[in-house]
Amino acid sequence: MNSVSIKNILKTFGIVIVLVVLVIFFGLSTDTFFKVGNLFNVARQVSLLGIVAVGMTFVMLTGGIDLSVGSILAVVGVSVAKMMVVYGVHPVAAVTAGMLIGTALGFLNGYLVVKIDIPPLIATLGMMTIARGMSFIITSGLPIYNLPDGFQFLGQGYIGVIPFPVIVMALVFFLGSVLLNQTFLGRYFYALGGNEEAARLSGIDTKKYKLLVYSLVGFMGSIAAILLLSRINSGQPTAGSGFELDVVTAVVLGGVSISGGEGKLSGVLCGVLIMGVLSNGLLIMNIGEYYQAVIKGIVLLTAVGFDRISKK
Amino acid sequence: MSNKEILKVENIVKHYPGVLALNNVSCSFYEGEIHALLGENGAGKSTLIKILSGAIQADSGSISIGDEVFHSLSPDRAQGLGVGVIYQEFNLVPQLTVYENIFLGHEYKNGLFVNKKKMKEAADKILKSLRMDLDSSILVKDLSIAYQQIVEIAKAVSRDVRVLIMDEPTAPLTQNEVDALFDLVKHLRSKGVTIIYISHRIEELFEISDRVSVFRDGTYIDTVITKDSQRSQLIDMMVGRKLIEEFPEKKYAICDEILEVHNLNQGSRLKDINFSLCRGEILGFAGLVGAGRTELARVIFGADQYDNGELIIDNKSVEIKKTSDAIAKGVVLIPEDRKLQGLLLELSVKHNISIPNLKNISKTIFIDKKRDSQIADEYISALRIKTPNKDQIVKNLSGGNQQKVVIAKWMATNSKIMIFDEPTRGIDVGAKQEIYMLMHKLAEEGMGIIMISSEMPELLGMSDRILVMREGRIVKEFTKEEATQNKILEAAAGGGDE
Repeated sequence: MNSVSIKNILKTFGIVIVLVVLVIFFGLSTDTFFKVGNLFNVARQVSLLGIVAVGMTFVMLTGGIDLSVGSILAVVGVSVAKMMVVYGVHPVAAVTAGMLIGTALGFLNGYLVVKIDIPPLIATLGMMTIARGMSFIITSGLPIYNLPDGFQFLGQGYIGVIPFPVIVMALVFFLGSVLLNQTFLGRYFYALGGNEEAARLSGIDTKKYKLLVYSLVGFMGSIAAILLLSRINSGQPTAGSGFELDVVTAVVLGGVSISGGEGKLSGVLCGVLIMGVLSNGLLIMNIGEYYQAVIKGIVLLTAVGFDRISKK
Repeated sequence: MSNKEILKVENIVKHYPGVLALNNVSCSFYEGEIHALLGENGAGKSTLIKILSGAIQADSGSISIGDEVFHSLSPDRAQGLGVGVIYQEFNLVPQLTVYENIFLGHEYKNGLFVNKKKMKEAADKILKSLRMDLDSSILVKDLSIAYQQIVEIAKAVSRDVRVLIMDEPTAPLTQNEVDALFDLVKHLRSKGVTIIYISHRIEELFEISDRVSVFRDGTYIDTVITKDSQRSQLIDMMVGRKLIEEFPEKKYAICDEILEVHNLNQGSRLKDINFSLCRGEILGFAGLVGAGRTELARVIFGADQYDNGELIIDNKSVEIKKTSDAIAKGVVLIPEDRKLQGLLLELSVKHNISIPNLKNISKTIFIDKKRDSQIADEYISALRIKTPNKDQIVKNLSGGNQQKVVIAKWMATNSKIMIFDEPTRGIDVGAKQEIYMLMHKLAEEGMGIIMISSEMPELLGMSDRILVMREGRIVKEFTKEEATQNKILEAAAGGGDE
């Protein structure tokens, strides 16, 4: 009886418990972790990860994956930068164009998966390489500086005490969970990942909705790209390398099944925060970057392993 | 056949969520006999063989093989003890040769390397001992189904099989191939191998088996010596009560055509299909596996494309290219494989019922959740779906209740033509009755119902008319009055007087 209820608690709150334990651990073992400024720091650091994780959650719920988000981050960033700096395009127009580019690349991913029937892993791997190459071509390999004044607000500004990117992330999570829980689109995403054939035989145009999820993650990638561009105040062709794996890690940590059909955005938010808390806490504790990578990997495997065992 | 017991199961119990699949089953098998397991779908035969082969474990009970007693087996252990299974889906690697398949997992090795020459020689020897003339260096993917089956048998023999379990081995075979298989099986028996033979073709059992054990609803009924028993006796044991009682009475008057199919073709699978369906009619489709019944259903439902032909619904010619077209026209399919095709197993009853209907109950993109719940409640009570609540995950319901969920989702879309593909497969007898009543009710309300079924009593009892398909064609039509099991089987198998 006792073991059963513990199991149930783990099942329901597993990932939250990991987050709480980490927070308490860093809070007790450092002086600065619990300072308000630092907590906002954590939130700001994870905001880009969080925004893209929402899109990635949609894709993974349908049973897919998108490895190209890191490269989309770069190609959208340098495109927007080049438009503003070299061609003198108005920032609003450049940003809008950037969002279109991100969405279009996402749509293209979806097209490759749905129409040409390339497995998502391969299709987006191809796109990852292409988009990265494009970013270098656009910039000739050199960063683009001298972004217009005022553009820095998006990535560096505050509304009240809250960093602007954190507000964007909160908004994306809110809208994302409305989409998942209140609309038929969300229900279809779960259905697609749960049993695509049954979904198709229920009259759902499965192809259309797959195209939609890849487009959405591309769109969210472009939002993250613009915030990142503003934050580092330069268009970097190397921006976002390895970012796709961080996003997938956060989503999987958050309990989204890699085969689709299962998972919640609340869990994904926890997964994102765990990633942020770990980076921040380990940094404060002066643990080197190399060790950080090892520890992050271990946390991922432990958390997911835990989840698998508790489900048995 | 000696009377030496080689395999015995005692008090085996196996639960699945919502179903008692095996209820305290005990029975035994002799060395060198062909022992048939007979029962309707859902009777527990498949569960029993899975337990014998170690694919699943029993909740309780014991298995004795030779002198050893086990409470559970792993697939590895079962093979080591000489228990081999040939499932309907073969476990062969198509890209490998015959001899590589035969020795898959126990290759002859020289250190790290496999000794192909020795393996081929040994494989040839086994094939020869089975009196099979087959080149063992051919790739398995280039073999016909019948030869692939022989490779499976050779694979079992290579592992010194003592008990060979065969699940519906004749289902995919032609008559000549069946005869060859029976010779082979009898040859194995003469070598002392025990064959456990699963089939629901009763005629076949009289030809091949020494003894028959009958199962019904997870319970072991009895074992009889085949040559001392009558067909009707076996059916009575299998069904447990008079067939007539199972089916509700139904009257149906003048035909008002709701669906007409003209000259429909699809590759080599469907050839020149013509038929019509009346409002209020239950139209049965009989035929062997692969005769084209499921293919026809999928085409009418838009799940697959047809090459040419015409579909007329309510006297209007319609084009159905995808499932949503069919649903919009009121045509729906309750597919043969509930779990793979009909249900979202990890989602709730409510979500399953509303999935085809979601757009209709949404304002712009937002689901009207109140309406969603109302509809679910309405159908749960109307169809008496046994579930603790509408948020229960469908996976946890019994087969019969799962089937009701599939029916409910289509009732909620106001459909008018329902195609049932094997509507009661894997469903308890009690729940079957309820599904039958439900189908009758739907027909009485004016729906047209197409029922594909491989269960003869069901076809005969439920259908107003029966169409028989063979090799992609409709070859015969029977009215309820003229249809008999023999006539249907003859038409389906290609005998008779055409």
